[in-house]
Amino acid sequence: MADNQPDRGQRGLPGGKPRYSAFAVAKNSMSYHQDWQRAWRDAEPKSEYDAVIIGGGGHGLATAYYLAAVHGMTNIAVIEKGWLGGGNTGRNTTIIRSNYLWDESAAIYEHSMKLWEGLSQDLNFNVMFSQRGVLTIAHSEHELREMSRRVHAIRLNGIDSEILGPAEIKKFVPTINIDQSIRYPVMGGFLQRRGGTARHDAVAWGYARAADDLGVDIIQKCEVTGLRRQGRKIVGVETSRGFIKTKKVGCVVAGHSSVVAAMAGIRLPIASRPLQALVSEPIKPILDTVIMSNAVHMYISQSDKGEMVLGAGVDKYNSYAQRGSFPVPEHMLAAAVELFPVLSRLRMLRHWGGIVDTCPDASPIISKTDIEGLYFDCGWGTGGFKATPGSGHVFADLIANDRPNKIAAPYTLDRFRSGLLIDEHGAAGVAH
Amino acid sequence: MMLIDCPFCGPRDETEFSCGGEAHIARPLAENKISEAEFADYLFMRDNPKGLFLERWRHSAGCRRWFNMARDTVSHEIVEIYPMGALPKTAAAKSAYSASWRRDTAAEHAAKPARTTVKNAGKARGAK
Repeated sequence: MADNQPDRGQRGLPGGKPRYSAFAVAKNSMSYHQDWQRAWRDAEPKSEYDAVIIGGGGHGLATAYYLAAVHGMTNIAVIEKGWLGGGNTGRNTTIIRSNYLWDESAAIYEHSMKLWEGLSQDLNFNVMFSQRGVLTIAHSEHELREMSRRVHAIRLNGIDSEILGPAEIKKFVPTINIDQSIRYPVMGGFLQRRGGTARHDAVAWGYARAADDLGVDIIQKCEVTGLRRQGRKIVGVETSRGFIKTKKVGCVVAGHSSVVAAMAGIRLPIASRPLQALVSEPIKPILDTVIMSNAVHMYISQSDKGEMVLGAGVDKYNSYAQRGSFPVPEHMLAAAVELFPVLSRLRMLRHWGGIVDTCPDASPIISKTDIEGLYFDCGWGTGGFKATPGSGHVFADLIANDRPNKIAAPYTLDRFRSGLLIDEHGAAGVAH
Repeated sequence: MMLIDCPFCGPRDETEFSCGGEAHIARPLAENKISEAEFADYLFMRDNPKGLFLERWRHSAGCRRWFNMARDTVSHEIVEIYPMGALPKTAAAKSAYSASWRRDTAAEHAAKPARTTVKNAGKARGAK
């Protein structure tokens, strides 16, 4: 699997946009940076497209980009009810890794990882992909054993992964507290060195700019109000800016998947839940990797600006409110402060919630539906950001060819009828 | 943050409760008479409305008893709390009940006899 490189399609900016480079920055400084070209057009919706992607987040924009770059479908549109990347794309903790237990998961997340490695060059946009490593900590003997099983499975799939003991962890992350007397002691951990972070907004903007360059219309402030069909076939999308005729509709709307599915009378096994994150005031560099804890459901990293970025768990009830309940981050912060005593007097600057689409088996749905021309890419739950390029790549392939490729095939909606689930919940612990 | 009025203990903080997800999912009795897809409606498919949602809650760190709750998933406003086995009484919650696609599923139709039994059992308890 490690040798299969994804088809990246047309790279760079074949449509003729001026390239971003150090030279371009110097040149534009002469004109006080007043003459930069718009990154993408503010397109008016046309009356008809070959395909319409609902949802202008990372996954939707990536889908549109790969439809154009790999499959040559350029008469397409991305419609977004708010602004680009204003949903979960701009609300996550930007962690990227591909260390999943099951073969199906390893295939898609590693596919994504390969696309991340080289994405800035593909898009001519610095997505600030930083392979600083992702270290997942075990807090109990059992968790450590489960972890080593996982590490071996991951390595069998050709993905880098290694087990670290408490002393090695202390060496790798000097600020961590490995005292065994704390509530969540560090018993060990496993590290994916190729894992890391990227700048989430840049991912949305980079895909949008590159897709726009290939002729894709990106239409913001355009809400889908209905899906028009003729019998079992999609014929178009009703939007707040009028009807758009199309034969293919790809829904990539994360937390609102059930709402859009209901417009077409489709049932999904999805529950929409708030997932929270917070950011501290900026401090000097203290953490040059990503630390995760499945037992606490905590993730922590430090942004290039110096802010500590902390992710908490999901609320246990359905919500579309884009804010979470207080006890969830409180629990996470209590554990974080014990693990990193240096954080104890840090003030938090911002706190927000995103609505994630959780699936019963914690694996996504990339699928055709009973309605011809209607496709869903959803159910990414709490771990969608890392999959952005891979998800868009295989979903574009599904839309273009009307059949899932080898990587997407296990993620059919039909698995909830056949019982062929990809149970990453049990396998990956809570955080994922 | 929600203040939930437990029908047995009174108003308590949301941290004392656990949510059991969508309410009124009846297990199909004649499960071998319905198809896999129809059984999936019962087992995996979930109503996930943006707006009023009927769900089950348990006062897990209190009396540990179950009850039903009609709650708005956008504003988190609690519209009605009603007992297990019963149907909601407020107009809004009633229409949320009938608006759910689940009411038309083969799985729920296959469960209808069970529903009647539960209703009767409730009446019998009420008579005591």
